[in-house]
Amino acid sequence: MRQAVNISAADVIPEPEAVLRGLSVPEGVAADLRFQRLLRAALDILTARSCPAGLFGEIAADEFGYVYGGSGSNDPDTPLHHIYPKATGLALFAVTLGREVSREIDYLFHVREFALATILDAAASQAAELAGDAVEREFAAVLAANGLFQGETRLLRYSPGYCGWHMSGQRALFDRLRPDEIGITLRESFLMEPLKSMSGVIAAGPAAIHDFEDVFPCCAGCENPTCRERIRRALSG
Amino acid sequence: MDILSRIAQELEAGEDERVAELTREAIAQNLAPKEILDRGLLAGMNVVGEKFRAHEVFLPDVLLAAKAMYAGLDLLKPLLIRDGVPPAGKIILGTVQGDLHDIGKNLVGIMLKGAGFEVIDLGHDVPPARFIDAATENGADLIGMSTLLTTTMPVMRQVVAMIEERGLRGKIRTIVGGAPVTAEYAREIGADAYSFDGSHAVERVKRLMAEA
Ligand code: B12
Repeated sequence: MRQAVNISAADVIPEPEAVLRGLSVPEGVAADLRFQRLLRAALDILTARSCPAGLFGEIAADEFGYVYGGSGSNDPDTPLHHIYPKATGLALFAVTLGREVSREIDYLFHVREFALATILDAAASQAAELAGDAVEREFAAVLAANGLFQGETRLLRYSPGYCGWHMSGQRALFDRLRPDEIGITLRESFLMEPLKSMSGVIAAGPAAIHDFEDVFPCCAGCENPTCRERIRRALSG
Repeated sequence: MDILSRIAQELEAGEDERVAELTREAIAQNLAPKEILDRGLLAGMNVVGEKFRAHEVFLPDVLLAAKAMYAGLDLLKPLLIRDGVPPAGKIILGTVQGDLHDIGKNLVGIMLKGAGFEVIDLGHDVPPARFIDAATENGADLIGMSTLLTTTMPVMRQVVAMIEERGLRGKIRTIVGGAPVTAEYAREIGADAYSFDGSHAVERVKRLMAEA
């Protein structure tokens, strides 16, 4: 089944604290009053300007294997290669915040509101992740309605451009999911427009399927192992 | 405290209106524009850069300070031009063809301008030849390229190769950056410098200019 997901702007507004972390402000460092005001302003703009939209399409493991193979440029071995065959449910997904947010960021830079522009950018990046969460919840609901969501089932998202899944995999993903329906297009460089968009696969299954050791070729050069935190969360429920 | 130190201090605090006010006052006192720039604005911005590198202040503080810097610089610029004071260097900056990621490049641009460089920002999705054409047309010393995608990293290599082909090596230098770019990659493609963030980019560019 293929399903568009209605996401409201309110669903994607991040916590102010999370935006601070996104700007590399360490935990425990209190933002001064002026900065807090900018943060609130950025979140107001985000609420007014984002038009979040999402889409997911269930896909069988063998068909996903084909999409995942893409143009044959993935690393020789990847975590997802071992994860997807064990999944009890798979869905390709795409989300976007729409064009307006990026336009607003450009505009704010142009009028030299650097701090506000940068805060809005960080908040919008997190909003794209939250839009992904909304689609994930919807997929979980579909699985549950079909009796496929057990107590130990955990959902995690995997994206082209991460963990050995080559960016060119976007092409096969787009051919199959057709996210142009929600206004996302793919460039030759496999970048999506609008910029604040995300794509990938949601894999559902027992928590343990998401667990992997960092021994893959992609792990060697990885400077941002966000997988560790994701795995920890999946395993701890 | 003298007025230039006050400018530096207000700039550090990101007080753009105060910086503009004090700069106006300093101009009215007939202080040399270059002095106001060096001992007021740039002195303040240097402290912010140092504190940022030492993790004593964070990105939002730097950006507020940069805005204050521009508030003063806008007033000084016509006077610096009148006095024939050259910028610290001229830099062409852009995100390479195929990529639309802008924010990192913008931050680098802000920091470079904040350090007194003239930055000509070509925006994003910039084809290789445009970097070089812009550099030659504007007599720039340096080309700064940004990308956040592995798929567009080869464009940086093309620009460096094109500089070589056109016999401009040594005349136009290159600095590269962006999430997937590394110092090793920069070396491999023959770029002159790499930086992982804006504040270190300023240091690298200063060093390149000193070597030139
Ligand atoms: C936030 C983020 C997002 C956000 C939005 C991105 C944005 N900026 O608008 C969202 C969540 C939407 C997103 C989506 C995607 N992302 Co993303 N994203 C990131 C992340 C975590 C941070 C990027 C960022 O905004 N950084 C903040 C800015 C300030 O930093 P910066 O741009 O790096 O710039 C600094 C330095 O690099 C340097 N610098 C930059 N330019 C220059 C230039 C010069 C001359 C110099 C000297 C220095 C310099 O100085 C800057 C200031 O300090 C990076 C990972 C990372 N660690 O960078 C991945 C990353 C860029 N994304 C990645 C991917 C794969 C994607 C997706 C394709 C995933 C997917 N399939 O959905 C999509 C693509 C979106 C699209 N439109 O096509 C990959 C790209 C990998 C690759 N193979 O190319 C990265 C690198 C993550 C990874 N795998 O490690 N992403």
